[in-house]
Amino acid sequence: MLASMIHSIPGAVQLGLLYAFMSLGVYMTYRILDFPDLTVDGSFTTGGAVAAVMITHGQSPWVATACAFLAGCAAGSVTGLLHTKGKINALLSGILMMIALYSINLRISRVPNVPLINAETVFFGVEWKDWVLMIVAVLIVLVLLDMFFLTDLGLSLRATGDNPRMIRSFGAHTDNTKILGVALSNGLVALSGAFIAQQQGYSDQSMGIGMIVIGLAAVIIGEAIIGARSIIWATLAAVVGMILYRIIIAIALQIPWFQAQDLKVITAVIVIIALVVPTARRHWKQKIAARRRTAELAAAAGARRGGGQ
Amino acid sequence: MLELTQVSKVFFPGSPDEKVALAGIDLALKPGDFVTIIGSNGAGKSTLMNMISGVLTPDVGEVRIDGNPVHQLPEYKRSRWIGRVFQDPMAGTAPNMTIEENLAIAYARNKRRGLGFGVTRAKRRFFQEQLGRLNLRLENRLKAKVGQLSGGERQALSLLMATFTQPQILLLDEHTAALDPARAELVTRLTESIVREMKLTTLMVTHNMEQAIRLGNRLIMMDKGRIILEVGEDRKKELTVERLLREFESISGHKMADDRVVLG
Repeated sequence: MLASMIHSIPGAVQLGLLYAFMSLGVYMTYRILDFPDLTVDGSFTTGGAVAAVMITHGQSPWVATACAFLAGCAAGSVTGLLHTKGKINALLSGILMMIALYSINLRISRVPNVPLINAETVFFGVEWKDWVLMIVAVLIVLVLLDMFFLTDLGLSLRATGDNPRMIRSFGAHTDNTKILGVALSNGLVALSGAFIAQQQGYSDQSMGIGMIVIGLAAVIIGEAIIGARSIIWATLAAVVGMILYRIIIAIALQIPWFQAQDLKVITAVIVIIALVVPTARRHWKQKIAARRRTAELAAAAGARRGGGQ
Repeated sequence: MLELTQVSKVFFPGSPDEKVALAGIDLALKPGDFVTIIGSNGAGKSTLMNMISGVLTPDVGEVRIDGNPVHQLPEYKRSRWIGRVFQDPMAGTAPNMTIEENLAIAYARNKRRGLGFGVTRAKRRFFQEQLGRLNLRLENRLKAKVGQLSGGERQALSLLMATFTQPQILLLDEHTAALDPARAELVTRLTESIVREMKLTTLMVTHNMEQAIRLGNRLIMMDKGRIILEVGEDRKKELTVERLLREFESISGHKMADDRVVLG
């Protein structure tokens, strides 16, 4: 069992790298914009479908991948518009867009499953070359994203999630920054879907189900391990978190009792633990500190009274 | 510089909660004017600030800045002319961003936000120089997150951020009310020196009568959505808290009802 666990790790890391674009997207909405965006489940499939359909129609795989990114941006901007201009609650605008995308994705791919067997993809089919490709692609996106977050526009986007009232008083239109952020986020998610479809050799109508929870799991795991001292660490944490998540899942699936269909419940449990434990721990720490302090103050008061007699 | 004509606002019109927040306010500020505003709870002071900054738009009436009618513009567009400090020390800064990033956001107040870096070496030097004026040693903590600063430090930073780009109009909305007396005094002193140095046209709402008399060259008193008293430059110098309170009672016919009012 141990041997098979270790054997499963390289594949898990590769998957982690490809899904990392998605966790960067989720980080952007969930943490930076404070906008829990459920569009992700739909736009991930959109990315896969657009890439697969364009590739099977003879387009260059890189053009197809770029178009997948743009399609994701388009889906995200609709969610952003629903929320900002339509004044629909953030969660609900994401859910509405996710549902609409189920139909739209089927329109794009026409069939629920588009195989990419023998088609030319961005991958070389040579192990070491694919490793280089994946690592370089993730690094490029990571650096571009970090640089963007340090520009005037990027700063206003970050401030939109941090203190919208403040950034409005300094002349940024928070509707626009939100739409831009959600669009970029879903572009990254679709990019991830495009890579995954090419890597697994098909795009599938249901490939996006549960993506938002996986993205959240990655973001939370990454923050727990790496932290979020600065924006550069935080984006890196989203990538590392996704790789770790994939490794955890790969190892869990090697345990004989678990089956492949348990994957989503394992993911949900990881997220629940990651959300509940820090809050509970903070609560207990505060309680203990308050008790100790009260005891200290009581002791000090007692000492003063004793000294006065 | 700033001109309000017949500005009115009714909240919840036609409902049982209907409230006339502003009833035909006329106010004109010359460049360099520093006007302090006092009044009891619900007098419309904050509504007036929100009306000028663009958080609210008037039902009737006009707001002009430098001759431009701005009353239909949203807040983010009016911010070209306006710097603002809120009462809540948490409101004017982004806690999870660094001091220099916050300053960069403020620096871009009247500019297009593009893909140039927010903090450049030249800007950093300028930020350090500006932070030096606060005498809080923040210039050595450019990369600290603003959330780690105390309330007083954050409010001083907010004040700097609202002013260092030389806005045409500075709005101060009880910006020392949430601070302890020592910090409030510090921020008041900074306000005085920054407004004087930059010759900013300023409107300041305050609950502190003594402060309202000491600061600025004009004073207005509001009650029930109206300006009930205007004290100009000459008379303001002879004003005392007692005389102001007496004046308020004789004009409005009731006592200054304000649980937070500070007589000084």
